[in-house]
Amino acid sequence: MQPSRDDFVIAIRSAFLSKSAQQRFSLLLLIFFSLILISLSKFNFKAIDYVRMSFKEVAYRSSFIVSIPEKYIKIGYYSFKDHLQLYQDYEKTKLELEILKSKELNNKYIVAENKRLKETIEEIKFSNEDVYAKVLLDKDSPFLKSFIINKGSKQKIKLGMAVLDKGYLVGKIIEVNFSTSRVLLLTDLNSKIPVNIEPGGIQSIMSGTGKEYGEIQYFKNQKNLSEGDIVYTSGAGGVFKSGIPIGKIILSQNKNIQINYFTDFSQLRFVKISLFEEIN
Amino acid sequence: MVKFQKSKITNQFLKNFPLILLFISVLNEFDFNYLNLKYFSFNFPFILVFYWSLKKNDSLSYGFIFIAGLFNDAVIGLPIGLSSLSYLLVCGFAAYLRNITLRPDLIKDWLFFLMTICVTNSLIYFLIVVFFKVNLNYLDYVFNIIFTFLLYIVIAYFFDIYQRFVFKKEND
Repeated sequence: MQPSRDDFVIAIRSAFLSKSAQQRFSLLLLIFFSLILISLSKFNFKAIDYVRMSFKEVAYRSSFIVSIPEKYIKIGYYSFKDHLQLYQDYEKTKLELEILKSKELNNKYIVAENKRLKETIEEIKFSNEDVYAKVLLDKDSPFLKSFIINKGSKQKIKLGMAVLDKGYLVGKIIEVNFSTSRVLLLTDLNSKIPVNIEPGGIQSIMSGTGKEYGEIQYFKNQKNLSEGDIVYTSGAGGVFKSGIPIGKIILSQNKNIQINYFTDFSQLRFVKISLFEEIN
Repeated sequence: MVKFQKSKITNQFLKNFPLILLFISVLNEFDFNYLNLKYFSFNFPFILVFYWSLKKNDSLSYGFIFIAGLFNDAVIGLPIGLSSLSYLLVCGFAAYLRNITLRPDLIKDWLFFLMTICVTNSLIYFLIVVFFKVNLNYLDYVFNIIFTFLLYIVIAYFFDIYQRFVFKKEND
């Protein structure tokens, strides 16, 4: 016998409207409530923002505590992996150190010269306030690449501030709560940073891809670039200081210009948050 | 007396274990992302909510599922309410399946679960991309659905064992 339309309606009604001793709320009521919350997320009401911030504070702290065992497993996994390639890393580092030593002397001279030249042309100077923060939660979600830090509006963290790891740019602040903030990583699809590619001083926009590499957008002539060119922030837009290193150019076969980031985003423990303000 | 109290606490813990597991999974996101397996990700709360809403409706309260969804949104960084909506829709599909099922069959449950996560994820993807204008990689979502679907049968097998062990007396 074929189930009638009435049976279907009864089954749906029973599923979404029925309540019991354990189920004090009907599904339909809670779905309706979720939809209201989603709609409210779209608009910025101050009172709702405070409730949301408080809730997120509780959620981040709870998540931090619950994640402690997993964090130890993760650390164990990485240290085991590091041990396996210890000798290779040592050889590589030794070679890099030799090269860096030779470059250092040259670098000192360039920095001094650059400072002198900037003073000569009276370029705008930046005040640089740094705050150091611990990474509270880093879920490495495949959908949204972000992490939570333990500094918020209490420590004068503001939206759009640059987040650095060992001097390299890793992302920017996109959400600020009382004592926590969310950092959007450069790898996220929604991350768009104005960059300067050197040598050549080529201006462009770098976009995250959701993968471990970034991409240069709005750039037609690939011939002007070569493998290994360094990508820096351009400072356009006024939030980031120019010249923060991001990564190196890789020319891929599918005509995309990719960026190999300097930072290993899976290994972030502490980060530096910088606010660059122009001094007139 | 002490022994009696201990067993009562243990019983309560075992009965509420699915709920505890749900909260741990949304707060902890144990999805093995740190293994860096390309495209590998799965939605454990979907499996858990679907299974327990289908098999033992009383073990997961809708109110708690709603709150778990809010926590998940806060931790992942999604707009508040999206995960709650998706979990509750999964509950709704499971409750519907429970109402129309006379003789439970794991394969039918499994296929119905695939349909459930396809519909739910499509709706959430639509809301994120169209309503909130956030870019998401479609392929990642598709792989998430595939792995969630494939892992359902494995995790359901362990949940079956757990259910037989804990709720045996009640079922008898």
